[in-house]
Formats: sequence, structure tokens, C-alpha cells
Amino acid sequence: MPLLLVSGMVLALAIPRFNLYNNYVQMLLMYVGINIILATSLNLVNGYMGEFSLAHAGFMAVGAYTSVLLTMHVLPPETLAATFPLAVLAAGAVTSLMGLLVAIPSFKVRGDYLAIITLAFLMIVKSALENIDAIGGPRGIPGIPRLTSVPWVFAWTVTLVWLIRNFVYSRYGRGVQAIREDEIASDLMSVDTRRVKILAFMLSSFCAGVAGALFAHLLQFISPRVFDIVKTTEVLIMVYLGGIASIGGSILGAAVYTLLLEILRPSTVASLLSWLPAGLFDPLNKYVISHLGVLRMIIMPLLLVLVMIYWPRGIMGKREFRIFVPRRDKEAHRQKPVTEGMSNHGVADSP
Amino acid sequence: MALLTARNVAHNFGGLRAIDDFNLELSQGELMGLIGPNGAGKTTVFNLITGVYRASEGSIRFRDRELVGRTPHEITALRIARTFQNIRLFRDLSVLDNVRIAHYSQSRYSPVEAMLHAGRFRREEQRIIGHSRDLLAIFKLEHLAAETASSLPYGYQRRLEIARALATRPELLLLDEPAAGMNPAEIDQLMEFILWIRREFQLTVLLIEHQMKLVMGICERIKVLDFGKTLAEGSPAVVRSDPMVLEAYLGEKVAG
Repeated sequence: MPLLLVSGMVLALAIPRFNLYNNYVQMLLMYVGINIILATSLNLVNGYMGEFSLAHAGFMAVGAYTSVLLTMHVLPPETLAATFPLAVLAAGAVTSLMGLLVAIPSFKVRGDYLAIITLAFLMIVKSALENIDAIGGPRGIPGIPRLTSVPWVFAWTVTLVWLIRNFVYSRYGRGVQAIREDEIASDLMSVDTRRVKILAFMLSSFCAGVAGALFAHLLQFISPRVFDIVKTTEVLIMVYLGGIASIGGSILGAAVYTLLLEILRPSTVASLLSWLPAGLFDPLNKYVISHLGVLRMIIMPLLLVLVMIYWPRGIMGKREFRIFVPRRDKEAHRQKPVTEGMSNHGVADSP
Repeated sequence: MALLTARNVAHNFGGLRAIDDFNLELSQGELMGLIGPNGAGKTTVFNLITGVYRASEGSIRFRDRELVGRTPHEITALRIARTFQNIRLFRDLSVLDNVRIAHYSQSRYSPVEAMLHAGRFRREEQRIIGHSRDLLAIFKLEHLAAETASSLPYGYQRRLEIARALATRPELLLLDEPAAGMNPAEIDQLMEFILWIRREFQLTVLLIEHQMKLVMGICERIKVLDFGKTLAEGSPAVVRSDPMVLEAYLGEKVAG
């Protein structure tokens, strides 16, 4: 695993340095990384904890705006290359405080009602941003320096996935899953459910804030509209396509979704289908392919509906690739055969 | 000195007085039964002791600490554990994780240590794994450590629930209808088993049960509840012959 990561980092550093891939592929790789962060962190709340949060785009927005204000107005422009990680870190920290705010109603409210509260949070963030003229209001902020690069995205993605993995395989992560299974029983088994919920929401929103910061400095333009319910829906598709309560699933879901969305671009589809006879291709191109820009915004949510109905487990639902499970946990779960000759102490061998 | 003392405890659900003037003294090491017809308030008493409900009136003290007003996990950390009438395992989690989760309050590491995989986190996790596997071995569940809890047969699930409760290292164990759904032969084994865990884990046990065979067979003292009120209390022999108890159970006065 460490070897894999080191070679990945070397590759990530080499890609922009030697222009191994063109700009388009580099951009795609960065979106995959950002989406992995978003999906894995939303999975913590929606998958492991079993809540249904719609606030993720709102957290992203907070991270994006925080980091942009720092890089464009606070940090000196000539040192930005070095101070960019600080801005990203600050964006995560500020966003995690927002996560704390959303965690508080989760003490009392669960399920559908909490989902509505997170939706309200998303709408509050969006309309707040729209109404503050100092940060561009509904027009947003253009001309953001492009500071996000392949190595940075790779480093943040690996670090955050590692932190989430470690959290999941600790007493806190087990507590999060116990809350999903039976909240009262977990409280009675000594789990401090409020603390666990706060931590899960804060870690999840921290990651969303970092993703928002990286996203803003890649897109170079942000506006409140970028972070609306459609953005949340995209992350939901990644999570449920990949499968709930699975880190590997979220990584796969994010990658598959991002690539699928790219393939559905009119130009990509047109070039993929160009082998078709002109009699077939031309009407197809005129009525379907050229409208894909709009159509894919219907196709992708439709994908969410279909996944929920026909494939609720997703690719990896509640399962995990062995590579993400700590060795400690794999060994602990090894099943030894029953030892013969032990006294029964009243413990029946058959139920 | 009594381990658990309840004084004048009352609990209302809206206008309904579910528990009225409930008093209890439980000494260290005792095995006491709580019986009564359906709806008498037995499980409510458990919920009041463990903090699921907050008593409307009265006080419940464990050693010298007041329990009323504390949250369930605080009370569990004070060494009171329970099982449930309808099994409430973490169904989709592994047998081992069910037991590991009950170690929450005994783990000494911070969230930051956990996320950074610090040395103390790794040592604590190993200790918890060791203790959990020991418990599974004692309860003959070690060969099922990786199975999901819901895939176990009913009897194993009951056993796992007790193992999970013991993982919190209780001094007082509350068992809510441990014999539910068991046949007479299994109840015999269960009686032996309850006596064995009491000895082995130095427990004080309070149990709710409808199976008179079990209650009369192992409880040293029995308390009878009906409509939230205490009908009788005493040794099995005393309770068995109490006319009020017979009336509550049989619904009419017994001749003679």
C-alpha cells in the first residue's frame, strides 16, 4: 500500500511537470479526485451513519468561498503557490464549524426530518451568498487563480481518504455504524452518540470544504448557482452508485460517475458514434446528441432513481475492498474453530 | 449497603401513571426477579434505571451516585448493563464489532489520535480486540466472529446480546425476558448459565421474566408489579402464595 501511494504521488507530480497527458485529461483526473473526496465524506453521514444529508453542496460552497477570499484578498499573491494549502486547510476548518451547526439538530431529529433540515441549510447558504454583494452576490467571483494541480489533488485525496478510513475503523466509526443500526441500543452500550454525531458531521464537512476549495481553484469561477441541489444530487449519485458504508465503493462511484458524465458530452458521443452510417448518425446527432448537454442533467438523476430501485446495494454496498481494511481488523475477525474439551459452563453449543 | 436503591420513583406517560411509588433495594451479588402481567411496567423500570426514560419523580441511586438525569451512556459507564426483550443487536455489523462497540467508554484515545493512527490508538484497539475475543471465546462465539449478527440463529443472538452487555464490564446486569422463545430444556440451560455468569463476572442481577420455572428456580427475591404498583415482594415461596399475586395472574380470587 505505501509503495502504491508513493508511486502514485511520483506519477501525480510527473504528470504536469512533463505534460504526460493533455490539459483535458489532467482536468478530468482532478475532478475524479475532488469527487472521491466528496463521495467518501458524504458516505460517512449518509452511508455509515444512515442519515440522509443534502447539505454537501452547501459545505462545498462554504469551503470554496472561504478559500477564494483568502487567496484573492488576504494571502500575498506572490507566495500563493506555497500558501495555497493553508487556504485549503482554513476552508476545511471553517466548513467543519458549519458541520457542527448541522450536527446539533441531529441530536433530536432523524431520518426524513433531518434531511429537510440539511436541505434548509443548503438553501440558506445559497441565498446568503446570493445576497452578499461584497462577494459578488448572484454573479459570483471570476478570475480565481488556478492553484489546484494534479499533485495537490492527489495529496489531499489520499490524505482525506486515509483520515476517513482511520476514523471508520476506530471506536468513533463503529459508533457511527451502531447509531445507524440502533441508536438507543448504542447509547445503552456506552456510545456517546452526540459526540459521535458531531465528529462525523465535522469530519464530513471538513472534507467537503477542502473539496470546495480545490474545486474553486480549478474552475477559476464560482457563483452560488454552482453549489445548488444539483451538485448535492451528483454526490448522492456517486455515493449510492458506489454503495453505502464503503470507502472503496465511494471511490469507484466517484470515478465511474465523473467519467460517465464526460462520455455523455455531445462531442464525445458524436466522435464515439461517428462510425454509424450517415443516414442513422445525422438524425441521431440532430435530435439527441446535440441536446446531450441538457439531456445528461436528466439522464444522471434518472440513474440515481434506477440505482435506488434496482440496485440499492450499489457496487460495494456495506462491503469493502480488503486493501482498505486495517490489518488489525482483518486479523481480529479471523474465525478459529471451536476448541474441543472445554467445559460448557452452561453455555449451550446448540441454540 | 445497597448497590441500587430506588425511592418513590414514579413515571408518567402523558396522563398515564406507568410507574407509581416504586421502591427497590438491591444488594451486591443478589439475583432478583421482577415479574407481573403484561403492561405492568417492568420494562419501564429498566428504562428508568438505564436512563432511556427520565423518572418523573423520585430518586434512583447506584452506589452513591444519582442516576436520574444522566444519559444512558453515562449510566452504562457507571457499570450498569442490560439486554432487551426483543433482541436489539447491531444487525448488519459483525459479531466481533457488536462486542467491540460496547467497549466505547473504556477506550482511551481521542478522535485525532484515531485519525492519525497514533500509537496509543493502536494499543487501545489491540486491547479491545483481545478483550472482545476473550468474551466471544467464553460464550463460544469465537468461530462466528466475522458473521453478521443478523445471520446468527436465535439462541446465538440471545447469547451475543449478553456477551455484548458484559463487554461494558457491568456490576449490575439487567436481563429483560432472557428466556423468551425458549423451550423447557433451553430454559434449564439458561438458568445454569445465568448462575454461572453471576459467579464468573461477580454480577448483581435483576431480571424480568414470565417463565415461572426460571424465576422461581433461581431468583433469591421476587418483586411483583401490576399497573405500575408493587403488589408483593419476597422470597419465591412467599410470593407464590400471596393472594394478591394469584389474583393479578389468574384474574379472580382463588377460593380457600
